[in-house]
Amino acid sequence: MAFFIEVLVGGLLAGIMYSLVALGFVLIFKASGVFNFAQAAMVLFAAMFIAGMYGDWGVPFWIAIPATIVLMIGVAWGIERVVLRPLVNQEPIIMFMSTIGIFFALIGIAEIFWGSRSRTLDVGIPSDPIFVGDMLFQMYDLITAGIVAVLVVLLVIFSQKTRMGRVLRAVADDHQAAQSVGIKLNTVWVVVWSISGVVAVVAGIVWGGALGVQPVMVDVAFKALPVLLLGGLTSIPGAIIAGLIIGAGEALAEVYLGPIIGGGIDNWFAYIIAMAFMVWRPEGLFGEKIIERI
Amino acid sequence: MIYRESGQFKKTYHADQAILPLRQDQIFVLGAILFAFLVVPFVASNYAMNSLLLPFLIYSLAAIGLNLLVGYCGQISLGTGGFMAVGAFAAWNLALRTELPMPVIFILAGLITAGTGVLFGLPALRIKGFYLAVTTLAAQFFLIWLLQRPWFNNYSPTGVISAPSINMFGWQVDSVTDRYYLALIILVIMALLAKNIVRSSTGRKWMAIRDMDVAAEIIGIRPMATKLKAFAVSSFFIGIAGILWAFLYLGQLEAEAFNIYTSFDVLFMIIIGGLGSILGCFLGAAFVVLVPIFLNVVPSWLGLPLGTAMISYIEIFIFGSLIIFFLIVEPHGMARLWSIIKQKLRLWPFPY
Repeated sequence: MAFFIEVLVGGLLAGIMYSLVALGFVLIFKASGVFNFAQAAMVLFAAMFIAGMYGDWGVPFWIAIPATIVLMIGVAWGIERVVLRPLVNQEPIIMFMSTIGIFFALIGIAEIFWGSRSRTLDVGIPSDPIFVGDMLFQMYDLITAGIVAVLVVLLVIFSQKTRMGRVLRAVADDHQAAQSVGIKLNTVWVVVWSISGVVAVVAGIVWGGALGVQPVMVDVAFKALPVLLLGGLTSIPGAIIAGLIIGAGEALAEVYLGPIIGGGIDNWFAYIIAMAFMVWRPEGLFGEKIIERI
Repeated sequence: MIYRESGQFKKTYHADQAILPLRQDQIFVLGAILFAFLVVPFVASNYAMNSLLLPFLIYSLAAIGLNLLVGYCGQISLGTGGFMAVGAFAAWNLALRTELPMPVIFILAGLITAGTGVLFGLPALRIKGFYLAVTTLAAQFFLIWLLQRPWFNNYSPTGVISAPSINMFGWQVDSVTDRYYLALIILVIMALLAKNIVRSSTGRKWMAIRDMDVAAEIIGIRPMATKLKAFAVSSFFIGIAGILWAFLYLGQLEAEAFNIYTSFDVLFMIIIGGLGSILGCFLGAAFVVLVPIFLNVVPSWLGLPLGTAMISYIEIFIFGSLIIFFLIVEPHGMARLWSIIKQKLRLWPFPY
């Protein structure tokens, strides 16, 4: 039983990381209807710049992290100018393909600057093991969970209490109505891509700290997609809860199901959960019923 | 001036329904096929045949398969790599475990892939758009994992197995020229097949579903049967492409060779080439095959002192940027550019 709980908690904490990436997707999808495949590349981009500035240039973290946030805002602005503006009103599949283009472009830029070797990223989050009874937990994971909780609370406060947050919600609700009361969609897009950029910085620090910073980090994108579907494309709580479900399900499946049918099932298990769930409820856990039922 | 249909009268219904109603188009396509059969093998070097033409032919076939599904039926799929792997492994296992002749194995492997496609197409009955795109990723990851199980590669210790030799109706396919011819023959047959499918009632039903599924259902098209047929036909094409990729191009089988980036490559081809266009598949495949080679060669022409690692990083960056650039310039793909050119040619030298 203790082992079961250990695996479960480990899975839940890994799930939080998936949620963090899925969160960036949801923010952009809500505000602009763009399915942003490049979110994982943004995570890699941010992590490489922080780790690179710290490791190669000796810039301390308290400068490197804000500098990267500024950089991500610049990236958001660039994407809006170069990619989104000329493609406005195109079909969703075209927008989706363009974000795959952004995906490769961002990875390319990050590698041109910093190469593809693996780096460590240790911003000083303690990683001591702690024991509860005879169960072993990682301090690092618990602090990560705390960071994510704070981030979500901040996002909720931002979207409920500030003027910009209201604007974002208005745009998410109805593009045309928002535009007709004088909201500038271009500004909104820059803001929302910047917020996703900041989320990507946090995700990059957390992931990079746990697993090291290297280009294969982008594969987390393929873990975040089923999380996104399970939670519903437009729901922030959905992204968090689905991340937890998939993280836990994956860990338990790997430990209990893996030995029976062969290892490495964590690559697709999340997809099967999401797929099975969607046949029953196509809009996901908390998604709005925006997709047309057939 | 040259490209003009005036004076070409259709006297029979048969002539009116030809695949290529215009004589100029007929000459162009026939010329291209004859050129590929009679000229290319004698002028192209072995290197060009092996690393340019073979991938181009096989990718074109895969792109045609995917285009039937995405461009004509409107169902997005990111599982192309997985289905190619199914085709390749099915053919390999059939060749290993049965005594069937090679052409039969090809067709059976294609049918197995078609069955797999139908299975993973089932969610399309409930969902569409991005939701469907992500559920087809499930096919990609699950199938690659499944094919890495030891039974599928006959308990090979490394997981990499070499392709069997191919004997088609007594023709032993060995040299690079033979492999080129085999790929070309299969491609020409299947491209004609695809062109005819999309003109048939099946193809028209697909397009009706793509354009508006509710309206299609109301005029009496059964969405379930139509969509599953699209998945089956598309997967058949992709499965055959997978066999060719493993048997003719790589010469060996490894599930990892058909990873998610293969799926993306094929999707790029049909987006850049043009959704809902058979010609676009060829243009897109040529683009995706040529760009990396081009990017590899240019720095050395310019004499830039770049390391190989740096070149590969720049390649990734430029590849991404080119995709964005093409989407901005012509979101409907190169096939649209081609039809614009044809329209201009009809009127030339007059402006309108």
